[in-house]
Amino acid sequence: MNLTLPLQNVDERNRQLVGGKGFALAMMAKENMMVPRALCITTEAYHRYIGSTGLRDNLVMVLYRKAFDDMRWEEIWDTALRIRNLFLQTPIPADLSASMASAIESTFSGKAVSVRSSAPGEDSSKTSFAGLHESYVNIRGTASILKHIRLVWASLWSDRALLYRQELGLDVEKSAMAVVVQEMISGERSGIVFGRNPVDETQAVIEAVYGLNQGLVDGTIEPDRWILGRITGKILSHSPALREKVLNAAPMGTRLEDLTPELKEKPPLAEKDVSDVYQLAMKAESLFKSPQDVEWTYQKKRLHTLQARPITTGTTDDDQRLRYLSLHRSFDNLRELRTKIEKDLIPSMEAEAARLADIDLTGLTDADLADEIERRLGINEKWQEAYWDNCIPFAHGMRMFGQIYNDLVNPTDPFEFTDLLKGLRMVSIQRNQNLEDLAAWIRKDPGLAQCLRSKGIEDCDPAFRDAFEKIAHTWGDLTWGESGLIQDPRQVVDFLLEMAARPPVNGAGPVKDMDSLEKNFLSLFDESQKTYAIEMLDLARASYRLRDDDNIYLGKIEGQMRMALNEGRRRIEKVFGSLAGPLETPELLKMLRNRHRRPVKSSSQLKKEPADGIKKPFNIKARQIVGQPAGPGIAFGKARVLIEPADLFAFKAGEILICDAVDPNMTFVVPLAAGIVERRGGMLIHGAIIAREYGLPCVTGVADAATLIKTGDQVTVDGYLGIVIIGEARLRKTESGKPIGDTPI
Amino acid sequence: MNDLKAYEKDLKSLFASQHTGVLATQQDGQPYASIVAFASSEDLRDLYFATMRATRKFANLSPDSRVAMLIDNRSNRPSDFQWAMGVTATGRAGELTGPEKQMPLTTYLAKHPHLDDFVSSPSCAFLRIRVDTYYVVTRFQKVVEVHVRS
Repeated sequence: MNLTLPLQNVDERNRQLVGGKGFALAMMAKENMMVPRALCITTEAYHRYIGSTGLRDNLVMVLYRKAFDDMRWEEIWDTALRIRNLFLQTPIPADLSASMASAIESTFSGKAVSVRSSAPGEDSSKTSFAGLHESYVNIRGTASILKHIRLVWASLWSDRALLYRQELGLDVEKSAMAVVVQEMISGERSGIVFGRNPVDETQAVIEAVYGLNQGLVDGTIEPDRWILGRITGKILSHSPALREKVLNAAPMGTRLEDLTPELKEKPPLAEKDVSDVYQLAMKAESLFKSPQDVEWTYQKKRLHTLQARPITTGTTDDDQRLRYLSLHRSFDNLRELRTKIEKDLIPSMEAEAARLADIDLTGLTDADLADEIERRLGINEKWQEAYWDNCIPFAHGMRMFGQIYNDLVNPTDPFEFTDLLKGLRMVSIQRNQNLEDLAAWIRKDPGLAQCLRSKGIEDCDPAFRDAFEKIAHTWGDLTWGESGLIQDPRQVVDFLLEMAARPPVNGAGPVKDMDSLEKNFLSLFDESQKTYAIEMLDLARASYRLRDDDNIYLGKIEGQMRMALNEGRRRIEKVFGSLAGPLETPELLKMLRNRHRRPVKSSSQLKKEPADGIKKPFNIKARQIVGQPAGPGIAFGKARVLIEPADLFAFKAGEILICDAVDPNMTFVVPLAAGIVERRGGMLIHGAIIAREYGLPCVTGVADAATLIKTGDQVTVDGYLGIVIIGEARLRKTESGKPIGDTPI
Repeated sequence: MNDLKAYEKDLKSLFASQHTGVLATQQDGQPYASIVAFASSEDLRDLYFATMRATRKFANLSPDSRVAMLIDNRSNRPSDFQWAMGVTATGRAGELTGPEKQMPLTTYLAKHPHLDDFVSSPSCAFLRIRVDTYYVVTRFQKVVEVHVRS
């Protein structure tokens, strides 16, 4: 079987072997279109590689440890990163690489190339998804080309591809990836043309930038855009871009540079060029019998075709996956987001929370209070939206860094990069430290502890009370999820007493070997790229830290909203006595505005648990459940399942925290916990970040953790393997003989 | 996992798909494993198998009737880690005789018609395992206990 095939030898018989892109390029070359010289690495090479190295078996283990339907996007990204690392860690066996290397060398004799994915079936418009797999431009040297071929192979299992696994029919046993190694054309002007506008079938679209196409494709550079009549080819409109940057080939990969002043003023395509590019799309369309999406580049006035694929049908795809795909951002885009979040969003959120805190709610009339509640609901919603639009996409920064880190450092642990990001002063850790300080105060003052146990805080040491109130003021009302905490200092005091009853704990703080990891990482860049590397690391750290902090700021605003709601509720209760259940907000507002109104039972109170008519013949219980290893270590203890805020304050030192999702606003209990189990999955989510900060064993992505585990159950958390065992502890010792679960708490 | 009730269905289809299981018995603390053709009762509370009275496993059962039986659908490929299901049943085994034997034997022979002569031989015993618990392992590491008698 052929491992490689020169483009000119490709025909219908080996269409599957060379994949969609390879086949399309070969067809266009046969029609005398200007297509760069290329070599196809066949799917046979992929199969031989994963078969002979044992990678296929590893893929099965990584891909199928959990059902995909139980995975969130974060977990799918983690899975893709693990797979990518497997490919990076597994060299191509000598016989295979020798044969590929000789074909590459004889085809390109040392010239720079692009290494492009070419998935079989990609040339069918049903399964043609732009941007699911990787392509790399301007790669030089046989070793580097072979490494990038592995990365393209790995992208068969990219996070984006995994999201579309059903449409793609992804299957470890059957799926394969072909690769096109193509002579690099360093075009001065590049772009894409859609033979048919995906949103208007009477039009065609051309987008063009200066420099290489990659800048346009990954969204770094805004293109000039022309809309044409699909039949006539007539230009209907031209939307010029704010032309500033150009992506050029660099000695290693690509480099973003400033455009010259002359080019900033001039569209990348003249009218004649627009027409030629349009003709290119029409030629490809008549060849492939369906509208095409063609990538092209002009090098010294000659128009080259880099690739063509059918325009994806099903643009009505309204599913959530499109939003996920939009989270992949370029470095520059992330940099802008960061500035916006740090310079604008967070200060505005803080100012907003402070303004709200200044309003004396008790002094308002009932009607004014109702207005104030409504206003705060609106404010809260506004910030929630801003959070979704800015902070969530910014979290992609640490992911992008992770990938770059792994490519360069090639660590055995695909998540080693998180060690480089942690140990920074996260807001939630600072808040925990404040609470820890209060606990320390209680710890060394038995008289104060005694007083707090028997009396209210207002009757004890005034200095302590002042400190307590100062902290409460700094951090706002501690809120969690949908339900606000009732403003009861008693709960917080009891919690502090619990904290004081166990020895002090500190956040893990900066990791010992962070410096050496950082030094090593930066040493892999040459001088000209150092600044970029430092900036990238800094951005990733901000992304990691903000992933946690942004929620705290949002929590402050939410806390102020709750405060107004609580005040309203307090007033109603003053008149009607304590209300048994929740009072829904619209009803509360009506009552505040019309004091003759009597409380109506909320609909949620009327709802009854659905009767379970089916007889349960067997008593079925989970014994061992599987998630993702998110913080190494083993812990054993009693489970505390967090369902409602009261559970937070009932938390006892040494318990295992079980929850749906660790909200940064509840991380104040983490220092008391021996381990963390969370339904929501991922290595880079709040729960996992905080667990690593405190060095706690943590398992995330345990489907139904909060329902399969009950408060009081004995559980063992295996943070190495990502497993939770329910029932009495059997794992008492590891190979090193270190006892488990007997930590002196 | 989302629907624990699905486990009942999974057990049924696994038991229907597999002809044999591995029976574990013991004597003087020495475990012993053997392959047996099995069938299960409709309500999943019992498992049936037949053995020659002269076998070691049969001898092991008289001093200690406690047994475990492993039923699984391995295919001896790496993808087993993804798809294979392994079920360990624990309980007590005892011989069925007289009218008590009739229904279970019909069930058993419906699944293994070719064993008719074997089971009818006087040298053969027909046994029932009253299952206490099924330990169900899927995806290599996911374990659920199904307590049949609790």
